[in-house]
Amino acid sequence: MLRDITIGQYYPTDSVIHKLDPRVKLAGTLVFIISLFAFGSIEAYVAATIFLATVIRISKVPFKFMIKGLKSIIMLLMITVIFNLFLVQGTVVVKFWIFSITIEGIKTAVSMAIRLIYLIIGSSVMTLTTTPNDLTDGLEKALSPLKKIHVPVHEISMMMSIALRFIPILMEETDKIMKAQQARGADFESGNLIQKAKNMVPLLVPLFISAFRRANDLAMAMEARGYHGGEGRTKMRPLVYKGKDKAAYLILLAYFVLMFAVSRFSVLETLLFGALGW
Amino acid sequence: MSIRIEHLNYVYSSGTVFEQHALKDVNLELPDGQFIGIIGHTGSGKSTLIQHLNGLLKASSGTIYYNNENIYAEGYSMKQLRSKVGLVFQYPEYQLFETDVFTDVCFGPKNLGLEQDEIERRAREALQLVGLGEEYYKVSPFELSGGQKRRAAIAGILAMEPEVLVLDEPTAGLDPRGRDDILDQVARLHRERKITVVLVSHSMEDVARYVERIIVMNKGEVLFDDTPRRVFHHYKELEAVGLAAPQEVYLMNELAQLGWDVDTDASTAQEAADSIAKCLRKMKN
Repeated sequence: MLRDITIGQYYPTDSVIHKLDPRVKLAGTLVFIISLFAFGSIEAYVAATIFLATVIRISKVPFKFMIKGLKSIIMLLMITVIFNLFLVQGTVVVKFWIFSITIEGIKTAVSMAIRLIYLIIGSSVMTLTTTPNDLTDGLEKALSPLKKIHVPVHEISMMMSIALRFIPILMEETDKIMKAQQARGADFESGNLIQKAKNMVPLLVPLFISAFRRANDLAMAMEARGYHGGEGRTKMRPLVYKGKDKAAYLILLAYFVLMFAVSRFSVLETLLFGALGW
Repeated sequence: MSIRIEHLNYVYSSGTVFEQHALKDVNLELPDGQFIGIIGHTGSGKSTLIQHLNGLLKASSGTIYYNNENIYAEGYSMKQLRSKVGLVFQYPEYQLFETDVFTDVCFGPKNLGLEQDEIERRAREALQLVGLGEEYYKVSPFELSGGQKRRAAIAGILAMEPEVLVLDEPTAGLDPRGRDDILDQVARLHRERKITVVLVSHSMEDVARYVERIIVMNKGEVLFDDTPRRVFHHYKELEAVGLAAPQEVYLMNELAQLGWDVDTDASTAQEAADSIAKCLRKMKN
């Protein structure tokens, strides 16, 4: 159950995507998400689908892992779809009791669903192909101009990398404590909501204590090794753009221009809705 | 009252790059009342194996019988099984959560749905067994010392009055004194209550002194399963898999090579000392 969360979980393969500079992947994810929300025609979604599918293919990460992250937003997805479906005003298609479904409602519901799903899959591609350390390195480098206006970029990225690093550790710890309490007859599955929340106490108390203990140990270990913040700190492997990173930027630019161009058309929409007689 | 394991296989993260075959065709019988040691290097599958004994992990294939009942059969109560097979995890002190020691020890029996009187009787008895007196009942478990915490946690399992007690590295991270205390108490428990005890460890010295049977695990397979004496006979093979026999075994073998007439199968310090004394006496005459 706990192993299903993919965010922050790296899937090692030797693909080109894995070897890209993390900054490229960050920018790519951002561009992809912006393109999803800025352009709304069917042609644009088709283009986005092809782009995403190609990237996934190149990354060599099994598709199964990509959609794992979707499990966590299934509720959100359903609520969004249902609200849009019933609450958007417009030309009514179906009507029963006090509910009415409109063409506009169907359109927004479908496009919201596609956007949310692609958003999750798109960011999963990034987290699955980039180690948490690379990711925060990339973020630190990309945001470093903000240092000039006294944003503690290094500290923020250090906190992020520690947080990401601790996710699997704490999940493992949760698993262990859960088992230990189950061995004492604890039950985490049955009962109503309040009962379930109460049953979590034997799990959460030890987990918090252990998180604090680990935080303490880590702080101590960092200080013992002379950590004193970002000032004058150098990297063992500084991030430098290579040929393939530049190529990837060009591809991204091409993708964005294509999305922009393609979103001007609405041939597919006219065809589809024309065929349905709407 | 026995546990029988037949053709047990367990695979972690099946079907991914992280796939790992943790247990390979394990067949074991753990009869009633035995004091058993399971030994293996880190990653040998010993912790995985014991988590199957009370159903916390479900085998990828194979069957486990508890008292001749298949624990994977439909409708078999895992909760019932867990009250019979008590499992003390590594660093059990990390599972303490209640406001005081006594309430924490009550957690297990309370989950069994017992009467309040019975719960308290069991908790008191369990705490007495591990040597924590009444002065500790109302103390927060987080204020205890490392060794005391561990004993409180073990009491939490003992209070469920299991028929089989499984301890995973109960002495890890303790000083020699704390280690001996815990192991002596476990041995006493085995003697007095006649329960089956399974002691998991990577230290031969710890185990050799107490157990009557040693199961050596290596890479998910059972390498040896015999009395300590006979297992230590294979001390060269044990070394090859990253384990070592107790120091006595090495000493006796070296003495034997020098022509001393000593018992090379001696597996405890006492036996070794007796054998050397006997040999010296013979040489004097």
